[in-house]
Amino acid sequence: MSVQELEKEQAPKQGGFGPLAWLRWAWRTLTSMKTALILLFLLALGSVPGSLVPQRGVEPDKVAKLYEQSPALAEWYDRFQLFEVFTSTWFAAVYLLLFTSLIGCIIPRTATYLRELRRKPPAAPKHLSRLPHSASFESGLTVEEAARRLRKLRFRVVTGDGWVSAEKGYLRETGNLFFHVALLGILLAIGAGSLYGYRGNVLVVEGDGFANTVAAYDRFMPGNQVSAESLQPFSFTLSKFKVAYQVAGDKRGQALDYSAHLKVNDTPSAPTRDFELKVNEPLEVDGTQMYLIGNGYAPVFKVTDGKGQVAFEGPVPCLIEQKTTMTSGCVVKVPDAQPSQLGFLLRFLPTSVPLTNGDYASAFPGELNPEVKLLGAFSGDLGVRSGKPQSVYELAEPEVLKKLKPLVMGSAAPKPLAVGQSLELPDGLGKLEFTGVKQWITLQTSYDPGRFPALVAAATAVIAIALSLMIRRRRVFVRTSGGRVDVGGLTRTEGSAAGFAEEFSDIVKALSAGEKDVR
Amino acid sequence: MSAEQLAELSDLFVVAAVLLYVVAMVGFAIELAFGRARPGKAGAAERAEVKQPVTVGAASSGEDAGTVSEAPVAASADAPVPAPPGGAVKAGTVALVLAWLGWAANLGAIVTRGLAVDRWPWGNMYEFVVAICFAAVTAFLGTQLRHNVRFLGGFVMVTAALGLGLAVKVFYTTAGPVVPALNSYWIAIHVTAAIISSGLLTLAGVSGVLYLVRGDGMSRLPSRADLEKVAHRAIVFAFPLWTFAVIAGALWADRAWGRYWGWDPKEVWSFITWVAYAAYLHAKVTAGWRGKAATIVQLVAFGCLLFNLIGVNIFISGLHSYADVP
Repeated sequence: MSVQELEKEQAPKQGGFGPLAWLRWAWRTLTSMKTALILLFLLALGSVPGSLVPQRGVEPDKVAKLYEQSPALAEWYDRFQLFEVFTSTWFAAVYLLLFTSLIGCIIPRTATYLRELRRKPPAAPKHLSRLPHSASFESGLTVEEAARRLRKLRFRVVTGDGWVSAEKGYLRETGNLFFHVALLGILLAIGAGSLYGYRGNVLVVEGDGFANTVAAYDRFMPGNQVSAESLQPFSFTLSKFKVAYQVAGDKRGQALDYSAHLKVNDTPSAPTRDFELKVNEPLEVDGTQMYLIGNGYAPVFKVTDGKGQVAFEGPVPCLIEQKTTMTSGCVVKVPDAQPSQLGFLLRFLPTSVPLTNGDYASAFPGELNPEVKLLGAFSGDLGVRSGKPQSVYELAEPEVLKKLKPLVMGSAAPKPLAVGQSLELPDGLGKLEFTGVKQWITLQTSYDPGRFPALVAAATAVIAIALSLMIRRRRVFVRTSGGRVDVGGLTRTEGSAAGFAEEFSDIVKALSAGEKDVR
Repeated sequence: MSAEQLAELSDLFVVAAVLLYVVAMVGFAIELAFGRARPGKAGAAERAEVKQPVTVGAASSGEDAGTVSEAPVAASADAPVPAPPGGAVKAGTVALVLAWLGWAANLGAIVTRGLAVDRWPWGNMYEFVVAICFAAVTAFLGTQLRHNVRFLGGFVMVTAALGLGLAVKVFYTTAGPVVPALNSYWIAIHVTAAIISSGLLTLAGVSGVLYLVRGDGMSRLPSRADLEKVAHRAIVFAFPLWTFAVIAGALWADRAWGRYWGWDPKEVWSFITWVAYAAYLHAKVTAGWRGKAATIVQLVAFGCLLFNLIGVNIFISGLHSYADVP
């Protein structure tokens, strides 16, 4: 093949270099194996920054951090699209060229293959003993019988005057072609998935519900062709979330199992069904999957303001500060409090234990002795109604925070609150009550119509590559003359001669076996 | 036996395996050192070259009855290599027995660890590396059953011993449960395929390094053609398996993380490794790339594999950070 390529590459140089010749030269260069090799290297090399530079699609927070820490470097990274390597123009250029080169290779090979399929094995050479594998034995084996036995071994057989020629292993090239076509299939499936699929993230607290609409998501990432109406209309309520932890040994505190109990309605009119959502066991509703990807605590607070009215009541999802003990940071904003707005910074300790220095810390991620420690209480305008976007996990922007009036601060704060306990704010400004503990989970929804086609293509690729690499193309010849039978064999696959020796000796055995079969 | 006792037994088995591998390595080294030097192109190359001129119907006339090989025995087996002195052969045989014992100890370590933790024993870096060493030695001993590749013994042994040493010294983790994400039947499919293919690719990598170390001339090291053949065969076997491991990983990711492919660092590097080995297979059939160039490509790919197995877990954080490296 490579020799042919060389010839082809040299051919147009003899004629003038018209535009057509240039085109032909470009196409041949692109579809040559050497170019394919270089493109494969570029593809591998191009992927490397994708693992070293944080990717927007995977770790957006790290990208933001890099922009803060070294804006100049981040700028340069961005200029070369290094924050989205796998959707960048240059990466696309490499793989599109590679796939073009692939198509340019598959089409002629398929044509050759189809011709080969129809072609009969060549006539047997005269001197079989000169072949890499050969044997002779005395037998009355006829040409017809030899052909029959070889056919039984699934060889494609041609007979002539005193000789049989047989060939086998066509599946090798079949596998090779199917493998490369399957790779194209995977690429197309991924493309379809990113156009017509969507992903969404949402946080749900125990007792709350979720309905699959765009507005319900905290973050929604649709493909280009996704409309709000195309979302599957399922809904559920999270009735209970449970975590099992290792309680003893040096892996104490490691999570063993997460399970979320859901009450699911597949469509608004469908009956409610129970579902236990676990890691590795997503909820599936008509092609849309919902996955359990995170969890945390949401202590329940009740805030009574200076006028004696309940200004806030409900669970507050807290961000995990330390994974091993599930120590979490919570923010409670009470813009409805009178006479002035109230804000609280708290730390939630699932298993609170006193330290020798008088502070408190969590000793275990499970909820054995849940307490909340007040870090700070403030009054003043929280800026919630300023119209600027706000984070629920941050009390206020630093400049707003400076203007707030601290009521109780960290070190002066009293002992942590246990469930049912409350804290009176000074100057009769109100009361904070810790009434209970709930848990939150984060879920990811994904709908990817390319999923199943990708699976089919991938399975085809695995089977085809195995066929293409394991099967060898081999030929066996038999010549009979006056009671003597010569058998010769060769493989047309590089590096498989040794493996063929065994099969060849089996073939010879089958040919020389039992005279009773010889008629 | 209690779980703790089983875990301790497993640790002892690992130490035993290291010792046996080291002694076996010495045996194999003696065999090589006192054996005869071989030319650069022995064995396979000669046979392959003979093949060419006869392939298309030989046109010489007359039946030559002189070269009739006897009965249904396959002709032209391995070309005869001059036999080394008896003592060296003996050392090699002893080494082979010790290697099998080391293999058994390695297997014992994996089985007892699995019983101690009551799950598939490849949930963290330590268990994973122990399993890959086992797979590499299995690949070598399995090949040895059918073809004589004793010349590779010493180098495979030293690799396995170093691998186990690294596992014990750096990655050691006490026996225990794994995080919920790893509690899936996919661990049996995905990680097992990754381990077996990594073992085979390690065998290929060892052959590749020897290929480069050894020149083209006479040397006590195995011939380049033989080394190339072993490497090629291991990769031909491992590549579909690696493809399968990556795809099984994608299927698991689809169950656990809500997407089958998300360019997580581990996914990126498995992809790079896959592309690099694909490049090797293409290089093997491209003029001007066979031999040394293909071997270099293979070693680059092996480097990617090693970085993926070890480097990614240590240097880069991602969804695959189960390594539990202390």
